[in-house]
Amino acid sequence: MAGFGGLKSFRGGVHPSDDWKSLAKDKAITSAPLPETVYVLTAQNIGAPSKPIVAKGDKVKKGQKIAEATGFISAHVHAPVSGEVKEITFRPHPVTGASTPTIVIQRGDDDDWAPGLNKETDINALSQEDIRNLIKEAGIVGLGGAAFPSHVKLSPPPGKTVDTVILNGAECEPYLTCDYRQMLERTGEIVEGLRIIMKCLGVSIAYVGIEANKADAYDKIKSAAGGDPSIKIVLLEVKYPQGAEHQLIKAITGREFKPTQLPLEAGCVVHNISTTYAIYEAVKWKRPLIERVVTVTGDGVENPGNFVTRVGTPIENLLSLTGIKKDANKLIFGGPMMGIAQSAMGGNTVKGTGGILVMRGAETWESHACIRCGKCIEACPYGLNPSYLSIFCEAENFQGAMEYNLMECKECGCCTYVCTSRRPIVHLIKMAKYDLGRQKARAQAKQKAEEAKKEVATASK
Amino acid sequence: MAETPERVELIVSSSPHIRGPENIPKVMWTVVAALVPAGLMGVYFFGYYVLEVIFLCVATAVAAEAACQKLRGRSVTVNDGSAVITGILLAYVLPPSVPWYIPVVGAAFAIAIVKHTFGGLGNNIWNPALAARAFLQIAYPAPINSDWRSLHEAGFLQSITLTDDKGQLVHAVTRATPLFKEAGWEKYDYMSMLIGNVPGCIGETSAIALILGGLYLIYRGYVDWRVPVGFIGTAFILAQVLPPRIETPWANDPFYHVLAGGLMLGAFFMATDMVTSPLTKKGLAIFGIGCGLLTVLIRFYAAYPEGVCYSILIMNTATPLIDRYTQPKLLGGGKTAPGGKG
Repeated sequence: MAGFGGLKSFRGGVHPSDDWKSLAKDKAITSAPLPETVYVLTAQNIGAPSKPIVAKGDKVKKGQKIAEATGFISAHVHAPVSGEVKEITFRPHPVTGASTPTIVIQRGDDDDWAPGLNKETDINALSQEDIRNLIKEAGIVGLGGAAFPSHVKLSPPPGKTVDTVILNGAECEPYLTCDYRQMLERTGEIVEGLRIIMKCLGVSIAYVGIEANKADAYDKIKSAAGGDPSIKIVLLEVKYPQGAEHQLIKAITGREFKPTQLPLEAGCVVHNISTTYAIYEAVKWKRPLIERVVTVTGDGVENPGNFVTRVGTPIENLLSLTGIKKDANKLIFGGPMMGIAQSAMGGNTVKGTGGILVMRGAETWESHACIRCGKCIEACPYGLNPSYLSIFCEAENFQGAMEYNLMECKECGCCTYVCTSRRPIVHLIKMAKYDLGRQKARAQAKQKAEEAKKEVATASK
Repeated sequence: MAETPERVELIVSSSPHIRGPENIPKVMWTVVAALVPAGLMGVYFFGYYVLEVIFLCVATAVAAEAACQKLRGRSVTVNDGSAVITGILLAYVLPPSVPWYIPVVGAAFAIAIVKHTFGGLGNNIWNPALAARAFLQIAYPAPINSDWRSLHEAGFLQSITLTDDKGQLVHAVTRATPLFKEAGWEKYDYMSMLIGNVPGCIGETSAIALILGGLYLIYRGYVDWRVPVGFIGTAFILAQVLPPRIETPWANDPFYHVLAGGLMLGAFFMATDMVTSPLTKKGLAIFGIGCGLLTVLIRFYAAYPEGVCYSILIMNTATPLIDRYTQPKLLGGGKTAPGGKG
């Protein structure tokens, strides 16, 4: 689908200011100092959490597996530093807020890899299964934020064919620049990672989608691909959410699928830039996912930057690198459109943390009744009616909300961004989904209890 | 290393954490600005008393809004400009010479009854100004419909003088609208109708001022072009093809029909009211076409010479139904309409 100026695009979406990227866009990637203590959450992916396989007092080496996946849609977790397990405790998850088992590691003196890791492999000698296993063993999840286990994406179920790999270089969230910096500074590795993904899936066509505001990244990737006819670099319109799977696939291939469906339905697998780099590291060098680039930015910090950060690093460590302004009043994990506001500075990063955004003078908005301007419907990239959804959800009319496809909402925030009445539409939708989930859980518990009662009754007869 | 402040008060709220440039006061005050040219033309052609009528309408509307919000225990939001719009729109659909109590009663009715009994801004079913106009037409038929000649003789409306086709000076303003059939009078020329030098309500006569204001709102994105185009286009076509019940000099003259009466005001400023029109582009197109159709049907076949007010009120009533059948299409196909309808 051609958009403005011949650039590929999609229907709907919004245009927040592009200037915010300039805060951290020209800051080269640097390594953050190693933290003294890391807090490794066991739930770092969508799906089942992992289970700790170390105990208090255990000595661990960098890259050693410390928590094991507990199902297919689950991912291993590795020690981000060498040292000693201080305790296994509970910490709030920065995205869900849920109290989560956390392995606390006190860093030791060395930073050596666990045995068997950090070894170059010959990619040509690897089978598709070998690649998948290496990625699975490395505990890689989607680093764009959703944290979907990557090996699952690379294991299409029988009956589904994947013919296209798309590398997501859109980075459409305002402020964030970690993918952009990596496209510039880790170009060769990313293209190599893309080839690994293509090999793993046996796919002969790949696209790299890059928003038109990152023309230098486009040039670099293009020259790194070296005229390989199977890798096509596509310039995309600068529009949010250009980097969301549905919109990216629509823009590049013209294929559509339902919001609740996976890209597999369109024969596509989409990987993020950071994920692709992690896949390269895992397959080529046998390095599990223990660090990533995190953009620390926003008008609330003194010196924004892009930092290689170990998983589980305390936020305060990163903020001490950038400095924080006295009137900063909002701390967000992720970007301004979908990021999660934190209630305290005491949290830590997880695998999915690509950005820490600090805002000053952040506003709260008084909500008014919907004046039916229709802007949300135009903005919704999924073809929903956010106006009706917000009204139903506010009134706790969940049946009505379900009729208007509540569950198809991906909470991208476009509707709320454009809302003339300043309605917290995404908030209302999230609350409704949460309440529905609890209702469902209660109903299931009740049914179970009744079945148990019946069993007891029949047994005692 | 920079220092971290000891204590930072963090705001915790749901995403997104940024908002676009639009808000209610911005939309409303822009509409007010777009209405100004038509009002100035009204003052020019009908005299300064028009300003009194506008002032009475706006002041009463704002006072009624504040009172209703206080009574309902809501925060008072009269600064958002929506009550001001209702006041101005009501003034624009009143004759230039109405006695002072009519704007007061009308504006109070528009805000208290039409708007706030349904829940205030965003929840009203009908356009408050038009519903108030319909109410006044029934409650005070004489000053609204026919009693204009006496007002003219009392000294109002001196600025309009026209000559008929024999070159004789005619008291132009002896009827409520150019659409009112009167013995001995043919019809107005297009240029007079375009600039507004014709009888009519305060803000409805100057087609050019209304078109300019409307185009500005389309440019700003506060009006969808489908409504005025659907409205005016449908009226234009139907006025040409439908056989009129009463023979008039302007029967089947499409230009006369779209320039006369309240059609331009209705098409650009009344039918486009966000609250009382459909949500989707498709719905807005249907809405505009429906308004045009009903306007011509009323003008041609009903007792009133003018049909804009009732056509829009009827289409306002149909808005939830139109919404229901014009839901946006879900990405990737699948169920889009409510209640499992495909």
